[in-house]
Amino acid sequence: MNPANKRTLSIVFQLGGLVLAILFVTLILLLTGANPLDVFKNLIVGAFGSTNRVASILVVWVPLTLVTCGLLVTFTTGLWNIGIEGQITIGAIFSTGIIRIFMDTSVSPILVIILSVIAGIAGGAIWAVLVGLLKTYGGVNEIFGGLGLNFIATALNIGLIFGAWSREGVASMSGTQPFPEVYWLPNFRSYNFSWVSIAISVIGIVIIFLLLTGTHFGLRLKAVGKGMKSAHRLGIPPKKHMLLAFLICGCFAGLTGALQVVGVYHRLIPSISSGYGFLGLMVAMLISYKAIWIAPIAFFFAALNIGGIQLPIVLQLDSTLSGVLQGSLVLFILLMQGVKQRVLGKS
Amino acid sequence: MDIEFSEINKSFGQVHANADISLKIPGGEIFGILGENGAGKSTLMKVLSGYINPDSGEISLGGEVSHISSPADAIGYGIGMLHQDPLDFPPMQVIENFVLGQKGRMILTYKERIKEFQTFQNKFGFSLDPRAYVESLTVGERQQLEILRLLWLGVRVLILDEPTTGISAQQKDKLFRALQLLAGEGKTIIFVSHKLEDVESLCDEVVVLRKGRKVGKVSPPYKTDQLIEMMFGKQITLLTPEPAVKERVTLELKDLVVEKYPLRIEDVNLQLKAGEVVGLSGMEGSGQDILLRACVGLLRPVAGQVIINGKDLSHKTYLEFMQNKVSYLPASRMEEGLVPGISIAEHFTLTGNTDRKLFIDKEQFRQKTQEKIDEYHVIGRPETPVESLSGGNQQRVALSLLKESLNILLLEHPTRGLDIESAIYMWEKLKERCKKETSIIFISADLEEILRYSDRVLVFFSGYVSKPLDSRHTSLEQLGQLIGGKGWEDELVAKESYEPSK
Amino acid sequence: MTGDMILLGLAGVIEAGAPIVIAAIGETLTERAGVINLSLNGTIILSGMVGFWAALETGSIALGFLAGMVVGAFVAAIVAFSSITLKQSQVAVGFVLAVMCKDLAYFLGNPIMGAQAPILYAAPVPFLSEIPIIGTLIFKQSIMTYISIILIIFAWFWVSKTRQGLILRGVGEKPAAAFNRGTNVVSTRYLYTIIGGALVGAAGPFYTLSVKAGWKGTITGLDGIGWIVLALTIFGGWEPFRVAFGAYFFAFLQWLGLVLQSTLIFIPSQVLQVAPFPLMILALLLVNLGNTDWVERFLATLPEKSRTRVKKLIRATRSQPPAALGTPFERD
Repeated sequence: MNPANKRTLSIVFQLGGLVLAILFVTLILLLTGANPLDVFKNLIVGAFGSTNRVASILVVWVPLTLVTCGLLVTFTTGLWNIGIEGQITIGAIFSTGIIRIFMDTSVSPILVIILSVIAGIAGGAIWAVLVGLLKTYGGVNEIFGGLGLNFIATALNIGLIFGAWSREGVASMSGTQPFPEVYWLPNFRSYNFSWVSIAISVIGIVIIFLLLTGTHFGLRLKAVGKGMKSAHRLGIPPKKHMLLAFLICGCFAGLTGALQVVGVYHRLIPSISSGYGFLGLMVAMLISYKAIWIAPIAFFFAALNIGGIQLPIVLQLDSTLSGVLQGSLVLFILLMQGVKQRVLGKS
Repeated sequence: MDIEFSEINKSFGQVHANADISLKIPGGEIFGILGENGAGKSTLMKVLSGYINPDSGEISLGGEVSHISSPADAIGYGIGMLHQDPLDFPPMQVIENFVLGQKGRMILTYKERIKEFQTFQNKFGFSLDPRAYVESLTVGERQQLEILRLLWLGVRVLILDEPTTGISAQQKDKLFRALQLLAGEGKTIIFVSHKLEDVESLCDEVVVLRKGRKVGKVSPPYKTDQLIEMMFGKQITLLTPEPAVKERVTLELKDLVVEKYPLRIEDVNLQLKAGEVVGLSGMEGSGQDILLRACVGLLRPVAGQVIINGKDLSHKTYLEFMQNKVSYLPASRMEEGLVPGISIAEHFTLTGNTDRKLFIDKEQFRQKTQEKIDEYHVIGRPETPVESLSGGNQQRVALSLLKESLNILLLEHPTRGLDIESAIYMWEKLKERCKKETSIIFISADLEEILRYSDRVLVFFSGYVSKPLDSRHTSLEQLGQLIGGKGWEDELVAKESYEPSK
Repeated sequence: MTGDMILLGLAGVIEAGAPIVIAAIGETLTERAGVINLSLNGTIILSGMVGFWAALETGSIALGFLAGMVVGAFVAAIVAFSSITLKQSQVAVGFVLAVMCKDLAYFLGNPIMGAQAPILYAAPVPFLSEIPIIGTLIFKQSIMTYISIILIIFAWFWVSKTRQGLILRGVGEKPAAAFNRGTNVVSTRYLYTIIGGALVGAAGPFYTLSVKAGWKGTITGLDGIGWIVLALTIFGGWEPFRVAFGAYFFAFLQWLGLVLQSTLIFIPSQVLQVAPFPLMILALLLVNLGNTDWVERFLATLPEKSRTRVKKLIRATRSQPPAALGTPFERD
């Protein structure tokens, strides 16, 4: 079969996955007695109904893009960085810590913000490297090391919000005392997203794309991911590269956490990672680990998230429907990939 | 039971492993199937035993067309196969291996099963410990277990695929006697091998396969020359290469002790000269691989020293050995040699980034790869993923990836699974390196290869290592005996007399 | 704290550990066949919601459990289909299902949040519950807790004493060899993945109808348990008794966290609640260290005597997975 035909067929199977996912969700909706057309219409209107909504999509797009960037590095190296949620959280904690330390000093706010973001990056990196060390030197599978550290990071976060960093008088779920406005990232016009975050995300995509497709380092990561032993025999130290992959991914996760703090919430909140880490894993799977697709697919997922917000208000349906839709999309596209391979044979 | 194959075809990708093979095997015989590696012998037998389904063709048993689509079906017809890589369960006990696959009551009563097993194995003169773990058995013992298991299931046709690889001379005698006994009882034995002497001494009739096709059938008395010609298509005369040994010592092992459960090798002393080739011979799993891995930092010695060019690297890692121009070519190419899923050009990019650049110059590496592909006659293109190459081409790529000037090259089974031309080519390339003062240590199960290409030989027998033997003064018989554990008295004496000089 | 209170607390530990035991035994059977079902976290939440709903609608606790088991078996069947038949990555599919089933449970369970479904009460065993200590500890539990204890013994017996168990081990260890002995590897793997999934699916209603009775959406408290179960399977070295020990130990630690909360008020309660997780990581570290290469390298430098001693110790603690775990079976 010639390559062009193969590509067409491949797209057909992917579209098939999309159709199946929509059918599946429709079925679920019929089950609950909702009108599927209503729901899909509301999802679209909810996402694109106004410029403010589109701005909200960008607010979600930034963290989702950044974590996916990081995850592509670990996936390329053959690693499942499920610990990404914890890495985001620790990044946010570190970043908040720095602002709290310098908040009432005379240090220039811009410098504080930069320091805070760097601290966030460092925090995420530490948490990720910890998973890497457990994996490479402790033999603990990164999935379980990462999950354990996620739980610990969450506990640490909540412990701080209700304990050492709690608001005067109220120990509330709404998070720590918001920072003064000088420590916020500048917003774009009157919208709630910051052009700085957008710029950083775009730079992140470019870096990851170049790293994975054009550099020797990226190729070495790929070799470790595809055949660890062989890579070692060819002279590539696998442990070092795994740790570096975790380090890079952790930096992106920590950066994400820091930007959520200084750019979106302006304080530490209990669910600071908002599940973007796991969602990023899904995006990465959906785009088969190809950097070129990060931006559009992350945007699509972000749009679903925003579109889902008004479901409870308008249709009395839970907003987790977006998650079901995203999950079934990834699931059916994975399944269709399997069907394709079965139909066409491995080649 | 007569077995008749008619027009069996089976392809794997582009390889036509069996092409229109028709063949009749009379019952009660020891029937030989001869051919070099890759001739299609195993495929044909896997078809008979139900492990592989053919693309076309059928098999008649006792004159009736059979329907074999799984090993269970084959067992039902009374056909059992002893696979080349034993299909047993290493972490389980002998008796569990024996029982698994038998029909019977749900709850297992091992006491009774062990009693049955003991009486059964006595009949064949085997003495396996039913409670031993299979991973602690030798290859020969694992074969015995598998044969017992198949016979207990009532097999009337027993297929043995390369059963004499990796077993000792005594075990081979025992095996052959057992096979003759079974044939005497009217069972059909199909003996698959690439070893002429085994086939000649055992089989009542031999069929030769070459490149997936049947070449012909031969009856005794066998003429070795004729069999070789049938196997290889032409008489191949192998040149014995000239030794290229210099005086300079590149590798020195001093009282080296290495262990890897369950083996332990003690007090190995060796001085490897520049351009010298040392062959490591012995049954598989006798400790050759352990020694080889210790010479390249993949296994840390428990005591003693590994000195490369006067530098003590005993406790250094593999990557440090590599920096000292020691290279290693493992036996399992796709697990330990080449990275599956990436292209030939990418392999050259991985190993060729000597000036530590950040970005890849793709065009430069493509050209370099094309040059190497031409030089080593690899059938493939720079963008071909390595896993889609044939075994011989993979080995050529692995060889071409090695650095130009090496001190020491360590090879595990360098020609296993290669066709004869690739094997000869491989050694030509290796010997070129010897002339440039690279020393070579290699493991091979092929005694002729060992004697032909080595300057000296170390023989391994369950963790014992002989003193280095001069290959020019060693015969195939001597080597065979040592591997089988005979004639070691002299070796051990030699070792003891070595002691005082320490 | 009095002895009686401790005893009651420990009886609570047996109860709290019971759903974990059932799920972990289920996953152990699945993994023994060579398949990893990574979806547990979602499966338990979804089956918990569906089981609660079924019990709410029908008023029958038994039907609640049955519904949960059907859900678990169904999700496991998807894992089996995608990994065994379609040969996709078990980890990828399992992970997606873990996330998706969770969202699905919250979405579908929205209307029944806070409803009152029947609750499974304790059913003391006559006479046996009168035995001092053991009576309180084991024989004053709910019927599902008794089943969980029987399940441990049954799973051990099945795996190590029966012909089917031997085949199960063979399939997970070396599917090619099992196939060569007439076993249908594909159907065996399907069977144990689905049975294992059904057991996991029983754990959900066990929570929502008994141990943590009620369905309260995201704050039901089931999130995270599935991941613990997966870790316990490794910790337990795929041996039913060791897996069960791990489950009870985990429940014990959580109970200890609650007990200490009142005595150690200076430590935030959130910190004590997660205390089992770092311990879990440490435990995994302990059982896996023996498999790492640097330990082997380090051992090589030790003197003979201490080396054999340390090696014995490592052999005793380490856990080795079924050799074919997570790998598809190709016939040709």
